[in-house]
Amino acid sequence: MNSANPRKVTVVVEQTTADYKSAVKPIWCPGCGDYAVLTALMRAFKHLDLAKENIAIASGIGCSSRFPAFLNTYGIHGLHGRALPLATGIKLGRPETTVLAVGGDGDGFSIGGGHIPHAARRNVDITYIVMDNSIYGMTKGQPSPTSPQGIVTRAAPYGTQERPLNPLLMTLSYDASFVARCFSGKVKEMTDVLMAALQHPGFALIQVLSPCVTYYNTYKHYRQVTGPLPEDHDPSDRLAAMALAMDTTTQHLGIFYQDPERSVYSHRVKKVQAHTGEMTLYEIFERLKC
Amino acid sequence: MRASNKTVVVRVGGEGGEGTITLGDLFTRIAAYSGLDIYSFRTYPAEIRGGQVMYQTRLGTKRVMTEGDEANVLVAMNQQAWIDEHEDLCRNAALVYEAHLALPAEGHQRYPITAEQIAQDLDWPRGKNFIFLGALLWFFRLEVEAAEQTVRQRMRRHVESLEKNLAALHRGYRHARETYPEPFPFTLQATEATEERIILSGADAMALGALAAGCQFYAGYPITPATPIMESLARYLPAFDGTLIQVEDEIAAINSAIGAAFAGQRAMTATSGPGLSLMIEGLGLASMAEIPLVLVNVQRAGPSTGLPTKTSQGDLFLALYGGHGDAPRFVLAPDSVKDCYFQMIYAFSLAEYYQMPVIVLSDQAMASRQETTPLPGAPWNGPLERWVPSAEELASDYRRYAYSEQGISPMAHPGIPGGMYLAESLEHNEYGYPNQNPETHQRMMQKRANKVETARRMLSEWRMTSRRWGDRGAPFGIIGWGSTRGAVREAMDAIHAQGIPIEAIYPHTLLPMPDRAIVDFISTKRAILVPELNFSGQFGRMIEHRYYRDLDELNIHIYHCKKEQGVPFKIHEIYDATMAMVDEEHELWRQEHGELANIYNTILRIRDEQRQSKKGDRCG
Ligand SMILES: Cc1ncc(C[n+]2csc(CCOP(=O)(O)OP(=O)(O)O)c2C)c(N)n1
Ligand code: SF4
Repeated sequence: MNSANPRKVTVVVEQTTADYKSAVKPIWCPGCGDYAVLTALMRAFKHLDLAKENIAIASGIGCSSRFPAFLNTYGIHGLHGRALPLATGIKLGRPETTVLAVGGDGDGFSIGGGHIPHAARRNVDITYIVMDNSIYGMTKGQPSPTSPQGIVTRAAPYGTQERPLNPLLMTLSYDASFVARCFSGKVKEMTDVLMAALQHPGFALIQVLSPCVTYYNTYKHYRQVTGPLPEDHDPSDRLAAMALAMDTTTQHLGIFYQDPERSVYSHRVKKVQAHTGEMTLYEIFERLKC
Repeated sequence: MRASNKTVVVRVGGEGGEGTITLGDLFTRIAAYSGLDIYSFRTYPAEIRGGQVMYQTRLGTKRVMTEGDEANVLVAMNQQAWIDEHEDLCRNAALVYEAHLALPAEGHQRYPITAEQIAQDLDWPRGKNFIFLGALLWFFRLEVEAAEQTVRQRMRRHVESLEKNLAALHRGYRHARETYPEPFPFTLQATEATEERIILSGADAMALGALAAGCQFYAGYPITPATPIMESLARYLPAFDGTLIQVEDEIAAINSAIGAAFAGQRAMTATSGPGLSLMIEGLGLASMAEIPLVLVNVQRAGPSTGLPTKTSQGDLFLALYGGHGDAPRFVLAPDSVKDCYFQMIYAFSLAEYYQMPVIVLSDQAMASRQETTPLPGAPWNGPLERWVPSAEELASDYRRYAYSEQGISPMAHPGIPGGMYLAESLEHNEYGYPNQNPETHQRMMQKRANKVETARRMLSEWRMTSRRWGDRGAPFGIIGWGSTRGAVREAMDAIHAQGIPIEAIYPHTLLPMPDRAIVDFISTKRAILVPELNFSGQFGRMIEHRYYRDLDELNIHIYHCKKEQGVPFKIHEIYDATMAMVDEEHELWRQEHGELANIYNTILRIRDEQRQSKKGDRCG
């Protein structure tokens, strides 16, 4: 492992996109935004030429969390909301692995919302993709933390009463070292952002606006309201990133914020290990003798 | 009872803020270093600072098994200590107390110490506890120089107060020597040590056991009384190239540990009741996706927040059955501080070999007490490794969850070319991909369950799945688990001394139960006592359910002995419960065999007379 850049992995053979695909056909509805994420991610893997055996993907529960089954990498499909803790364990357990966490907005921002600030402040080297469809797809259309106020669903027949969460503003205020937004309608741009995230040493959160065509089709809406970040945006400027995340007219796409210099958790662990030196059980017993 | 002249119980009571625990802890260590065996017990106040605390040490010339029922020596630093503790004193106990306390005029042997006055003279009011420590050193005729070394070592971080405290210690020693030159009634003579001993808490024993088992990853969240395990590993794990992470909650703890184990590490977490409740969903994931995991649960009294600093054995059912669906796991129950060390090694062996979660049940009393114990040797078996597939195994149609009668299948991990698979929380086929066919589900349930049966067979060949002692084949028995063993052992010595044949068994694996050993044990019994520290008698109920056929057929009676007070069993509680059982059984026997009753009554009368005359030496 190259200690300066933990993501550097040795590549044996040139990979093709199909190499990363598993034998399992996605269970998603035709037109679901998550297909685009799968395509973009496989392309990003290919462009970076990552060895399949050095990739591990952890997910929670939901339509989007079915993701790892469709990839021919190591994967763990765990519990609702717990993709980040799983990914943290994998990364610290085997730091040379490229570790991803994936899931939906319900999974990540509702039941699992408590894990994001801690992944961010630790700066564990994980790429976290949240496929945000502003609805609970798997459980058939209940409101999610990012549903706009007032939408009517079976679980909210008189309209939802809560204001939606602003995931990017939240993540920026947690001081995550990489924050970005993509849209399933723009696969090429998404591929570029995912490549940057995979190469970023530290915790990267990418919100992908990934419509649920079955329960809350927002394709048309997003085509209208999304747009690139201003050309002069400086991704090292967190305050500017926050202002852009609060923009109510345009949903900007791209890398809002990145701090590539910040130290990575697994490096700090290595430092502590080096600092403590070696010890044997025998030495510990020796100290306890009476 | 175990020769009472050979053990002495010293109890220290005082304000939490005035160094009571420091006094108890230092005295315990100094005694241990002098060659005595020790066994300590402490209470914690609910308050963060201050509050009345108690620290008890039982000193012995031989192995000490419990903290003892009654105190021989009470060190009362304040009035409250006398109020709280005086009912637990033996006859003619020694009272070492602050001279100005108001004690009743009569009773016990008095050793007032003018600690407050001396502290004032020294201009060091915080040194009271060291003045008492010095006095204790004199009373027990322990070497001051050696003691000073221990204090220097233990208190090295308290630079400003160290010399002042040592001055207080010496003054206390001299004061006691001059005031009480006569021999102290409870001094013990240390015997020459025959084996190497260490002084260890149950929590440290678990941490060291984990290191011995090759633990590489720990994720945890602070909770009394499990935190000391995390703190101990925080210190040592990096030196063994391991990683310890304090995470945001217990859900993150178990899931991070599962992640690390998935990545190929030997991983663990530790918690207590409320945390175990939060971890149950994760436990099911480890069981379903077949991921090795060691989960220590240091039991405290519940339900809910309950008595956070007090002991209990109330989490047995949660450990055995907690979770939705049928999620196989192993449950181990160490029964002494030393056993905590070994059971951790076995826990990692079982987790890795069977790719399953293993719960190790300790409790507050066992985790926080100090004990002198022989230096642990090598474990009787293990450490077993997980089956990581070879390149050949991977080349020929690798199936992560391949079905087998044994239930164990090869587990690759990230970094191994050709081993890529999906660890699934959904029901899955042999490759790990989601599959919900009725047959697949039934078959995979069978695969996972088979691992427990394989382990049951393997474990029955291992020696240490249960501990059995006493009069082989006796009609009266005790079945227990965990930290109650010490009290049971000492009570049995006393029962045996009454001429009543009695035998006990303590299983160390509660899941799978060592059925053969248990059935062999119960088959000779007429009546069995099941002592445990919980309200509903969980273990007793489990025994009744599991062995109802044998119990019914052989007409064996189960007697529950339940206690849920937050404190361990006293020896006499086990003794009394057993004697009540014996008496009731004799009564039943008398009813069944009317014509023999007269002869029997005579025998009983003689026995009762003997018992009466032997009472009184049960102190200690
Ligand atoms: C502990 C727990 N609670 C509830 C559920 C039920 N559940 C499954 S998926 C889901 C929500 C999924 O929504 P989201 O994370 O947004 O993903 P999507 O399906 O929209 O991709 C819920 C509530 C569960 N599996 N586990
Ligand atoms: S229900 Fe919605 S989120 Fe789920 S697969 Fe269908 S379109 Fe996608």
